[in-house]
Amino acid sequence: MSRLHVSGLSKHFGALTVTNDVTLDVTSGELHAIIGPNGAGKTTLVAQLSGELRPDSGSILLDGRDITDLSMPRRVRLGLARSFQITQVLPGFTVLENVALAVQARQGSSFRFFAPVGQEAPLNDAAHDALRDAGLEDRAVLQAAALSHGEHRRLELAIALATQPKVLLLDEPLAGVGGAEAEDFIARLKSLKGRFTMVLIEHDMEAVFALADRVSVLVYGQIIATGTPEQIRSDPKVRSAYLGEEEGA
Amino acid sequence: MIAQRARLATRVKVALILFALFAVFPPLAFALNDPFLILIGTRILAYAIAAMALDLILGFGAMVSFGHAAYLGFGAYAVAILSSYGISDLVVQMVVAMLGAAIFALVTGAISLRTQGVYFIMITLAFGQMAFFFFTSLSAYGGDDGVGLPQRSTLFGRDILGGDTALYYTTLVLLMVLFALCHMIVRSRFGRVLTGIRENRLRMEAIGFAPFRYQLTAFVISGCLTSVAGVLLANQAQFVSPAFMSWHRSGELIVMVVLGGIGTLSGAIGGAVAALLLEELLGMLTEHWRLWFGVFLVLMVLFSPRGITGAIRQIIGRKT
Repeated sequence: MSRLHVSGLSKHFGALTVTNDVTLDVTSGELHAIIGPNGAGKTTLVAQLSGELRPDSGSILLDGRDITDLSMPRRVRLGLARSFQITQVLPGFTVLENVALAVQARQGSSFRFFAPVGQEAPLNDAAHDALRDAGLEDRAVLQAAALSHGEHRRLELAIALATQPKVLLLDEPLAGVGGAEAEDFIARLKSLKGRFTMVLIEHDMEAVFALADRVSVLVYGQIIATGTPEQIRSDPKVRSAYLGEEEGA
Repeated sequence: MIAQRARLATRVKVALILFALFAVFPPLAFALNDPFLILIGTRILAYAIAAMALDLILGFGAMVSFGHAAYLGFGAYAVAILSSYGISDLVVQMVVAMLGAAIFALVTGAISLRTQGVYFIMITLAFGQMAFFFFTSLSAYGGDDGVGLPQRSTLFGRDILGGDTALYYTTLVLLMVLFALCHMIVRSRFGRVLTGIRENRLRMEAIGFAPFRYQLTAFVISGCLTSVAGVLLANQAQFVSPAFMSWHRSGELIVMVVLGGIGTLSGAIGGAVAALLLEELLGMLTEHWRLWFGVFLVLMVLFSPRGITGAIRQIIGRKT
């Protein structure tokens, strides 16, 4: 069953075609990775999927519903959440508050002016759950600004999880994370597989091949191949366009 | 959250100390045999309400409104216009003032909020000036020169506010009630969304909040509360003129908020007290008081960017 269906998506910046007739089908429950060399247009593609940027043509369907012209907040409320490559948190809020606010966005009206939100147990409980999934529960009371880079990456994940998305767009969640921390992060994503449908944009090949059910390869704004990690690894087109370059580097 | 809650408690404590000081001020003024001070005190309290209302959007919503004096004007002219038709009840005047302010805030806010940053400042200034010139053209109410009020507003049909002390305490009670209201708002679901938009707009959109409607609501609330201050100022001065809504006045409100420390509510109250006291004191010493006030402001911003609140925190040694 198709959760997220992208067809014929194109975007031009002047004469430059950054997204070229991209068609992509993400089925329910799968982790679909999108890889590609620098400048392949991965970030622009995420921006269009999440609603930050409007495509010039093509359509995006979430559970069969056309969301191509919807704003980012509308898409999120319909169940398409994203994490950012460059961490976007609320620095003056605590870790728990950052996540509780994402829960609040989907639970009841936010036009409530009198009761103190800090004491709303349902919000805090759901936020604690998301923090546990991201491995941050012991950081709950800290100010978000005080977290380390690796912890910021996990907070990004926790916030996205707290919106209870149907589809989770992960934009280079491992950016700047290395070593044991990266391994831990990969294990966490693995444990989330099946619970969420995920689209993973990632540079780290090890992570991609360890996690993905299917991989699409983006080169110069075009999907040149889609398949299982094994198929992609052995695809000659991919090898010459991408993996070969990687090995040479 | 522990740090956050401690800070909230401090905010309430500071406000309570200020309220206690305000409460003992009139007896003190009588003891000093200078009851005129009570009128000055009323003016300070009324501005404290306005500064606090501005802090609600400036400090918590990152909306720097440079046209907030317009709402003082709505309050003041609600008194002048209604009382000229024989409607002198304070409650009615306040309701009308808030309605007028709400409509103006809704329309101008909806347009202003299409912009951000310096453009927002400029467009609110422009709307403020439009309101200013509108009231300047009201020749029935003195136009440029303004109009005197034959008597103060009545409460429950009686001339309770005729005495300066009664007006002072009425203003103080309103300040306390509105502080409690603002304090509740910033801790509520709505307040958290508003503060979140200040912290990181993109993040808020990415969890499903469309900032516009929340910001506009806060803008309208702030405008309504500011108009209450206008009603009180008209009663304090028993005189209403477009000068209430000049852009200088909008600037002074911003100065009060920044001086006190933005995003703290109690800081805005303290800022209003400090700014107006300095104005009075420096005004007694020299006619070039604005110059010295400017020097003070520059030093304050340089050495304590978080205003008086920040300075006090540094002195007590808290680094939050």
